[in-house]
Amino acid sequence: MPTFYERRQLVTPGDLLAEDDYVAGENTYKDDGKIYANRVGLVDYEDRKVHVVALKAFYIPYVGDMVIGKVVEVSLSGWMVNVKAPYPALLRASDVLDRPFRPQEDDLPSIFDVGDLIIAKIVAYDRTRDPLLTVREPGLGKITRGQLVEITPTKIPRVIGRKGSMINMLKQETGCHVTVGQNGLIFVSGKTPEDERLAVMAIRKIEQEAHTSGLTDRVTEMIRREKGGV
Amino acid sequence: MLQETPRKLIDESGIRLDGRGLNELRPIKIEVGVLSNADGSAYIEQGKSKILAAVYGPKEVHPKHLALPDRALLRCRYHMAPFSVEERKSPAPSRREMELSKVIREALEPSVFVEYYPRTSIDLFIEVLQADGGTRCSGITVASLALADAGIPMRDLVAACAAGKVEGRLALDLTDLEDKGGEADVPLAWMPNLNAVTLLQMDGMLTMEEFEHVVNLALQGCKQIYQLQKETLKAKYVTVKEAVEE
Repeated sequence: MPTFYERRQLVTPGDLLAEDDYVAGENTYKDDGKIYANRVGLVDYEDRKVHVVALKAFYIPYVGDMVIGKVVEVSLSGWMVNVKAPYPALLRASDVLDRPFRPQEDDLPSIFDVGDLIIAKIVAYDRTRDPLLTVREPGLGKITRGQLVEITPTKIPRVIGRKGSMINMLKQETGCHVTVGQNGLIFVSGKTPEDERLAVMAIRKIEQEAHTSGLTDRVTEMIRREKGGV
Repeated sequence: MLQETPRKLIDESGIRLDGRGLNELRPIKIEVGVLSNADGSAYIEQGKSKILAAVYGPKEVHPKHLALPDRALLRCRYHMAPFSVEERKSPAPSRREMELSKVIREALEPSVFVEYYPRTSIDLFIEVLQADGGTRCSGITVASLALADAGIPMRDLVAACAAGKVEGRLALDLTDLEDKGGEADVPLAWMPNLNAVTLLQMDGMLTMEEFEHVVNLALQGCKQIYQLQKETLKAKYVTVKEAVEE
């Protein structure tokens, strides 16, 4: 049962990764006992499991994920939210109001209007129905000020780091409040625009160099250097 | 640049008008991620042919009634810019362009995992900026890269290349002049790792032996193109890695 690449080697769709007794993990597929990559990314072999860490992908909703989205439509009993997924997400009015929705009295646009950014959590999703959101939890709701950074969703784990090492460093060094949406949108709010600029710059660097090692140290160094220069 | 068709497209020693041998490809340059507003994009220059491809999606289907309940809808538009040929081409999609759009879509569809994203559409736009023969093949080659660049799961990349018969000789990767002056042209699209042909057409007349030879020639071309495709997809990330590691 041979494998054909070393760990963390770059592969492209269709590359033969392993044969026979291996199990196809993320971003791979099995055909006739052979495992191939289906996205551009870095291969990883873990025991019997072969998977590829994609370098670019789009967001697929997952129940329990915290996401950041933009309201694109106010409908009769709720809102349609763009969460950068192939499917539009729904947010029900009764969820926001925490009581049954009364169409004649409740004014939906005064709660969330088209163009508003919201932090929400996915409560239900399968491929036959569009994802359903909730904002009834602390920390969720409308974003009023700050900055938004968009990165490829597959690089979100890199921004968080092992046990949150990267994100904690980021918060500590820049003094910003950072909320990471699993859908690749990151919301940054700090005391001064300069703090926010630093955090955004750091996130951009993380995205660009996500597939390299020793990243946390390099980002820390960059933030300190930038701070010293001002 | 209006010139008369020269009497000889291939000289006695098998050298063609642009200095190539019979089984040589034109010089190829490929780039990925060239458009910032598309989800995935790629650009190719193959000799004098220049083609841009953009991919959007998977996203909601509009109009909604086209959505398929069990898989994604792959839509493709092959279009030639009015300035891409010597005589101005009307920007309206011609019969030929509509046919090529369909043929290209069908050449790429087997490579894409459309069943992963039901009720969505993947929109593919192929714009020919300058045409000098072999645009359907170059179109498939770039479109496949644009799909990979968009992060869409694929069974394999698709490489495409044409071969044909010019003045009685079998030659690889025909230019516009050779295609028009030649006797036959065989475009072929191929998935290298699965060893599957997704497009095979023939225009002209060939004997059985010639046909077999031409298909093999085109396959050899596809192999070379596939290597370039892989290099291009990796290049974007390899340069970053090298810069970091010094």
